[in-house]
Amino acid sequence: MRTAIILSASALLAFGQPAAADTLENVQAAGKVTCGVNGSRAGFSSIDSQGRWQGLDVDTCRAIAAATLGDAEATEFVKTTSQTRFTALQTGEIDVLTRNTTMTYSRDGELGVDFAAITFYDGQGFMVPADLGVTSIEELDGAAICVLPGTTAEQVVESVFSERGLNYTPIVFQDAKELSSAFFAGRCDAHIQSSSGLASTRATLAPNPEDYVILPKIFDKDPMGPVVRQDDARWKDIVAWTVHAMVTAEEMGITSGNVDDMRETGSDTIKRLLGAGDTDIGAPLGLNADWIYQIVSQVGNYGEVYDRNLGSGSPMNLARGQNALWKDGGLIYAPPLK
Amino acid sequence: MSKAIHWCGTVVPPRAAPRRDATVWTRLRNALFRTPMQGAITLVLALLLAGFAPGLVEWALIDAVWLPSDPAACTEPGAGACWAVVSEKYRVMLFGAFPYSEHWRALLAMLLIVAGFVYSAFPRHWRARLAAIWLGLLALVLWLMLGGFGLRPLSTSDWGGLPLTLILFAGTVTFGMPLSLFLALGRESQLPAFRWICIGMIELFRGLPLLVVLFLASLLIPLFLGDGMTIDKFVRALVGMVLFFGAYASEIIRGGLQALPRGQYESARALGLTYWPMMITVILPQALRIVVPALVNDIIRAFKNTSFVAVIGLFDFLGATKAALEDPLWVRYSLEAYLFLIAVYFAFCWTMSRYASWVERRLDISKRRGE
Repeated sequence: MRTAIILSASALLAFGQPAAADTLENVQAAGKVTCGVNGSRAGFSSIDSQGRWQGLDVDTCRAIAAATLGDAEATEFVKTTSQTRFTALQTGEIDVLTRNTTMTYSRDGELGVDFAAITFYDGQGFMVPADLGVTSIEELDGAAICVLPGTTAEQVVESVFSERGLNYTPIVFQDAKELSSAFFAGRCDAHIQSSSGLASTRATLAPNPEDYVILPKIFDKDPMGPVVRQDDARWKDIVAWTVHAMVTAEEMGITSGNVDDMRETGSDTIKRLLGAGDTDIGAPLGLNADWIYQIVSQVGNYGEVYDRNLGSGSPMNLARGQNALWKDGGLIYAPPLK
Repeated sequence: MSKAIHWCGTVVPPRAAPRRDATVWTRLRNALFRTPMQGAITLVLALLLAGFAPGLVEWALIDAVWLPSDPAACTEPGAGACWAVVSEKYRVMLFGAFPYSEHWRALLAMLLIVAGFVYSAFPRHWRARLAAIWLGLLALVLWLMLGGFGLRPLSTSDWGGLPLTLILFAGTVTFGMPLSLFLALGRESQLPAFRWICIGMIELFRGLPLLVVLFLASLLIPLFLGDGMTIDKFVRALVGMVLFFGAYASEIIRGGLQALPRGQYESARALGLTYWPMMITVILPQALRIVVPALVNDIIRAFKNTSFVAVIGLFDFLGATKAALEDPLWVRYSLEAYLFLIAVYFAFCWTMSRYASWVERRLDISKRRGE
């Protein structure tokens, strides 16, 4: 019994990965990638009825696990809040933060973290009840505005209103769902959030979606992506090229469905990408030759992941918009994988 | 010396003894219509009830959608409560992100803890052995929840739902009770340094809201630990909860210590007892008996306080329910899911408060018998 207690205690108090060490080695030693996620954001990271994690951020994490360990399920998801997320990363509690985190200069410069890649381009929009008849920000002078503290939205409201010399009353909520229900109950005149968030809020929570309009002007830029500690350049490269590989796979039309065929019968470029060519594509990053094949076969390409979690294959039904491939007029662009 | 004043009011006229053969009808009449005012209030409330009850019953039972065929069934006009959300999501609400195939382990751990509480509920089991039993029980629960030794290994970040709530609660009380005893005795101690340390700890943790304690535990401690060391998030939260509970419970126990007449201490000393025998055989049994109701009250609060851990990113029962409701298809029916949550919380807390009043009566009786 005593042994059991000591063993249990040591399991709980175990030393984490040293923050300054080689993350890839730690991940391989632990046999899993530990990702910090939101846990309560549909489409990005949430749990389904079977308790299984799903979402765009979750799939990014799974892709990293597939690339580094060959197993997309070798993941551990740690729920983080907007206050605890960077501490969790800095202290080594998590290997990568995949928590719809906006890349900004101050976060990148001050927090000791690096943004490895962008997986989702978002922006801030205002939603108002249609019967207010508001069509532009200028008409919102003196409005009560629902915001979450410490978010990009809070800063955007501040700058948008002060630039125009307008007044507003911020009404602060800790929880996005409380904020939404307060907004739909009429507690505030406007709701500012990322446009993706607004669309999903309106589609799922509004008593009648037609009663609310999202103002056409989108403010600010919210490029979101996985974040890593800045003292491990190789790990950052691995995370970045995992995302680029998913985008490249979509560009080349490689899907989880046809990846096996493509590996056999595709062009030399595709064979090389999927680890069936002459050169070892995993060598530069210290990964297996088939790392891209593992990502695409187990998780899918960027387009599949987007459709499954946010796009037409999901209840959110968000158009690709800015998140279409660059050749389709969007911003998603991967540097060449060669 | 002032002169004593004797004051007599009018003599209360004698009343007939209450009738023993009162029928149900007369008892009801006495309870509901004793005075005209009472009668009026009863009528108004009955009317209100009659106004609301049919709608409520219709919503909650008759028109309710029970099975998770499709969330669309709940949106049909005339559909009542959407209990389908509970039958669809109860696994997530109860177990959070715990791996689906391993739910039996979490269920077993939960039952073990409940069994432990039932066992501890009987005053005849209140022996030093109880602490050992709880340590063994918690070790068993940890094995079930963490795996190893033949079970699939899991991490505390997989924990969630009701098992997490119960483990946090059991951990808080198991470690918090000895801590509170220690702090209470320390605060009354004759050793100044020890006394001041105990006072400092009690006042620090009583002076901070639980939310702040949890944020300190989850944000500051990891930064102080420096490179490469992390303490599990769950353990950090538990330590915060234990310190908070210990500080409050120790003040309750101190109340019990102060309620004892000084003569108890003096006669124990006169019998030649040194500090620990005096405390263990004379003082604490009496002091703790006095404070049992207040302690149970604090324990109930500790149970409800576990829901605070949601703010540092742990999926307790409430957090798991919120996470389950993130599903866009079901998010509209959060009311029904929260009603289920309320029912579970109420079942636990109400049982505990009924228990508190039972144990209070029981201790009272045994005290009277002892005298």
